[in-house]
Amino acid sequence: MTHSTLNATGHRAARNSALLLLFAGTFAGAQKPLPAASTTLIRNATILTVTKGTLQNADLLMEHGKIARIGTHLSAPAGATIVDGTGKYVMPGIIDPHSHSMIDAVNEGTLSVTSMVNIEDVLNPTAPAIYRELAGGVTTINVLHGSANTIGGQTITVKLKWGEPVDSMIFPGALPGIKFALGENVTRKDNPPPAGQERRYPFTRMGQEEVLRDAFTRAQNYRAEWAAYHAAVAKGAKDLVPPRRDLALDPLVQVLEGKRIVNVHSYRADEILMMVNLARDFGFHVLIQHGLEAYKIASEIAAAGDGVSTFVDSWGYKIEAEDAIPYNVAILMRHGVVVTINSDDDGRARRLNVDAAKEMRYGGLTEDEALRTITYNGAVQLGVQNRVGSLEVGKDADVAIWDADPLSVYAKVDQTYIDGEKFFDRQQDLARRDSLVALKAQLEKAPENQPPAQGRGRIVPPTTGGSK
Amino acid sequence: MRRILRMAAVAAAATATVSVAARAQYGVVNPPAGPQGAYAITHAHVFPVSGPEIPNGTVVIGGGKITAVGADVSIPAGATVIDATGLSVYPGMMDGASTLGVSEIGLGVPQTVDDQEVGNFNPNAQAYYGFNPQSAIIAITRVVGVTQVVSRPVGGVVSGQATVVELVGSTTPRMSLVKDVAMVITLPGTGGGRRGGFGRGGGDNAAQQKQQLDSLEALIANARAYATAQAAYAADKTLPRPDDDVVLASMVATVEGKEPVMFNADGEADIRKAVAFAESEHLKPVIVGGRDAWMMTDYLKQHAVPVVLTSVRELPGNDDQPYDVNFSAPGKLAAAGVQFAISSGEETPDMRDLPYVAGEAAGFGLSKDDALKSVTLWPAQIYGVADRVGSIEVGKLANLVVTTGDLLEPRTDTKYLFIDGRPVPLTTKHTELYDAFKDRK
Repeated sequence: MTHSTLNATGHRAARNSALLLLFAGTFAGAQKPLPAASTTLIRNATILTVTKGTLQNADLLMEHGKIARIGTHLSAPAGATIVDGTGKYVMPGIIDPHSHSMIDAVNEGTLSVTSMVNIEDVLNPTAPAIYRELAGGVTTINVLHGSANTIGGQTITVKLKWGEPVDSMIFPGALPGIKFALGENVTRKDNPPPAGQERRYPFTRMGQEEVLRDAFTRAQNYRAEWAAYHAAVAKGAKDLVPPRRDLALDPLVQVLEGKRIVNVHSYRADEILMMVNLARDFGFHVLIQHGLEAYKIASEIAAAGDGVSTFVDSWGYKIEAEDAIPYNVAILMRHGVVVTINSDDDGRARRLNVDAAKEMRYGGLTEDEALRTITYNGAVQLGVQNRVGSLEVGKDADVAIWDADPLSVYAKVDQTYIDGEKFFDRQQDLARRDSLVALKAQLEKAPENQPPAQGRGRIVPPTTGGSK
Repeated sequence: MRRILRMAAVAAAATATVSVAARAQYGVVNPPAGPQGAYAITHAHVFPVSGPEIPNGTVVIGGGKITAVGADVSIPAGATVIDATGLSVYPGMMDGASTLGVSEIGLGVPQTVDDQEVGNFNPNAQAYYGFNPQSAIIAITRVVGVTQVVSRPVGGVVSGQATVVELVGSTTPRMSLVKDVAMVITLPGTGGGRRGGFGRGGGDNAAQQKQQLDSLEALIANARAYATAQAAYAADKTLPRPDDDVVLASMVATVEGKEPVMFNADGEADIRKAVAFAESEHLKPVIVGGRDAWMMTDYLKQHAVPVVLTSVRELPGNDDQPYDVNFSAPGKLAAAGVQFAISSGEETPDMRDLPYVAGEAAGFGLSKDDALKSVTLWPAQIYGVADRVGSIEVGKLANLVVTTGDLLEPRTDTKYLFIDGRPVPLTTKHTELYDAFKDRK
C-alpha cells in the first residue's frame, strides 16, 4: 500500500486497505522490498566492520543479499542504487539476543517443564515492534518465552524482515533454542496461588536444580531407548514397537546433542553456577540470559565456555538484581567470556547502541569491544557468526546506516537493510507521514467504518490487496 | 599560597575516610562528602547553561556556593585548585519526577517501597518523611551528575506532597532543598507520569470517578474554608477557634496557589482536563507525564502550563503513530516555546539514565543546548529552585559535575563531583563490587 496506489485508485483502494492500515499503521514507512535481490552501493562512509577495524571514506556494495565488496572507489554495477554515505556511519545490523517482540503469547507457565511448546507458533509478523527496532538498527532478534517456569518452550532466531511472511523471517540455518528460567520468577514468592490451588513445584532453587536434573535424566534414557531401537532396526529386527514419542523430551535430546541452544534466565551467581555445572554434567553449553551476577563467577563461566547475555546496567528492580553492576560486561569480557547486551524490551531494543556506549564508561571497553556486544558476539552466541554480526565480504547484507557515530547518544538510523533489501528508510518514513494521516482520516470517514445505528461496527474484510 | 591538587587527590581525600565503612556492607552507605572548602576548577570547558560556554574557564566555589565563574577570574588564596584541563564543568542535573528515596526495590520487596499511602486522598503524605537518605540508589544516581531530584508520592487521586533533595548528606533535613514542593494529583479517570502515575487515578467506572471528583472538589473547598477560618481566627482571637486539621492544613499552600500541583496526565484529553480543573480551582498546574503535550503546544502556551516529560523513551501510544513520536516530542515543545523539563521516566534505580534520555531527544530535533537545559535549568525553574540550582552562576549552590566530555554522552565519565560545595566521592556500591570481583580468578 503506497501513497501512489491511493492516488491512482482513490477511495476504493483506501477502503480495501482499511484492515491493512489498522494493523500496519501509519508508522509503516518501509517499502515492500522488490522480489529480485537489490544491488546497493554505499559510498564514502565511515564503515564500522567491528571485526576488521574502521574504514574511513569507504564504500560497501550489497549484491544478491550479501556484502559483495568493501573498499574505496568501488565501481557501481549496472542498476545499482547509490547511497551517499558522506558523514554517515555504516555498521552491522544489531543483534538482540533476548527479545519478546512479535509474540502473541509469552509463557506456558502452568507446568514446570513445557519444552513441548514452541514460540514459532505465536510469531506475529505485523507486530509494530519489528519496524521500531529496524529504526534502531536492529536486524536479528532471539525470540524467547518469558521466565515463568524452569523449562519453558522452544525458541527461534528471527530476522526483522518487516512486511514479509513470517516464514521468511525465520533465520535460515540458525539453531533453534529453548528457554529455561531460575530464581524469583519461577519460585513466585510474592505471587500467591489462586484460592484452592496448591503452589507449583518448584518453590525453591533446590527444586529448580532437581527439575532440570530429572528432565535431562529422562531425556538421556529416552535418547538411549531410541538409539537401541534404531540399532535393532538397523540390524534387521522386524515388528519392533518403537519407543513412545515424547514431545517434551525431543527438544531436550536436541540439547544433549548440541542441536538446540539453551537460554537460561538467571540472576544470582549461585544459580548460574549450578546451571553451568549441571550442563557440564550432561554435556551441553548454556547461554546465560541476564546473568546479572555472572561477574562474581566469571572464571567458572569462562572455563565452561558458556556465554552471557546481560543488561548493560539495569539493577535493583528486585532483590535478585540488587548486586547487578554496570561493570558486568567488562569483567566477563576480561575473563574471556563471549558477552552481549540485550533489551528484553521492545522499547530498550531501539537504543541498544546507547547501551553499548555505556560500556566504555563502565570498565573501559574500546569502541570495537562495545560494538561487538551488540553485533558479532550475539552472532557467536546464536551460532550465526558466519552469516551476520560484522561487515565482511560474503556475509549477509544486514547493515544499518547511521547519521552519526552509533556510539553517540545523538545518533539515529537513516536506513536498515537485511539480506541486501531495505526495510527501513527514515526519509521515506518522514515523506509518507502527512499522506498517511490524511489516509487515516479518510478511512475513518468511510461508510464502512462508521458504527451502525445499533450493535457493533463491522470490520471491513480484506479483499484483493491494493498493495500487490 | 594556593595548593595545587589534581582531581584524583581530591577524590582520594574524600574517599579515604569512607571506604572502610562502605566495604562493611555493600551499598548501605552513601559515602559522605568532604568539607565545604574553597575550590577552584581551572582550565575547564565551562557550560554555565544560563549563558554561553567558556572554552577555557574557571569556577570558584566557597562556603557551599559558586563565588566566581569566567574566563578570567582570580583564585582566592588558600583555595584548592583542580586543574581541569581537557575536562568540562556542568551544573548538576535535576530529575523533576522521581521516586528516589521513597522506592527502593520495586518488585517483591514492598517493605522497601514507601511511595504510596492507603486510600485515594492523602495530601498530608509527605515524600520528605518517606525519604531514605541511605538509599543505595542515591550514590549511583549522583555520580553521573544528577545532584538534586524531586521525589514524589504516587497513586490514588491526591498522592501527597513531593520534596526536593540534594543528593548529599546523611539525613533528610540536611539533604532538603524544599520540604514540600508540590502536591501530586491524578484526576479520576486520567493518568500519566510513567512509572509514577501507576495507572489511572480513581475508580474504574464513571460513577466512581464522578464520586471521587466530587470528593476532590469538596476537599479543596474545605481546605479553602479552613484557610479562611484559620486566617480569620489569627486576626481576631475572639472568634471561635477552628479545630486543627492536619489533612486540610496540608492543602492550604496548594489551594492558595503558593505550591504547584503535579498533575499526572499523558493523553491530550487528560492534560486538558487537568489544566481546566486547575484553572477552575485556581491551582497552579505542572503536567507530569506529558506524552501528548506536543499535540497541544498552543494550548499549553496560552495557559502557561509547564510540562515535566517522563515519556521520551516510551513506545508510541498508538500503533499508527510515527516510530519516533516520543523521541521527537521535546524538540517540538522547545520549538513551540512550551516550558518543559525532561525526567528520566525510568524506574528509580535506572534514573541515572537522565542525561541519555535528554541526549536521545537531541537526536530527534531538540538542540543540544536545550537538551542540557531540559535536565538542569528548566526543571529548577519549574519547581521554583532556579535561584539556588540549575546553572553555574555566582551565588547559586555549588552543585557541579566535572566530566571527561559531553555530559549527555554515555561514554563520558565523571571526574569530580561537588554537591552543596562539598567534594563527593565517586565510590558507589557498584564500584565497590567491581573492585571486589574484577580480578577474581
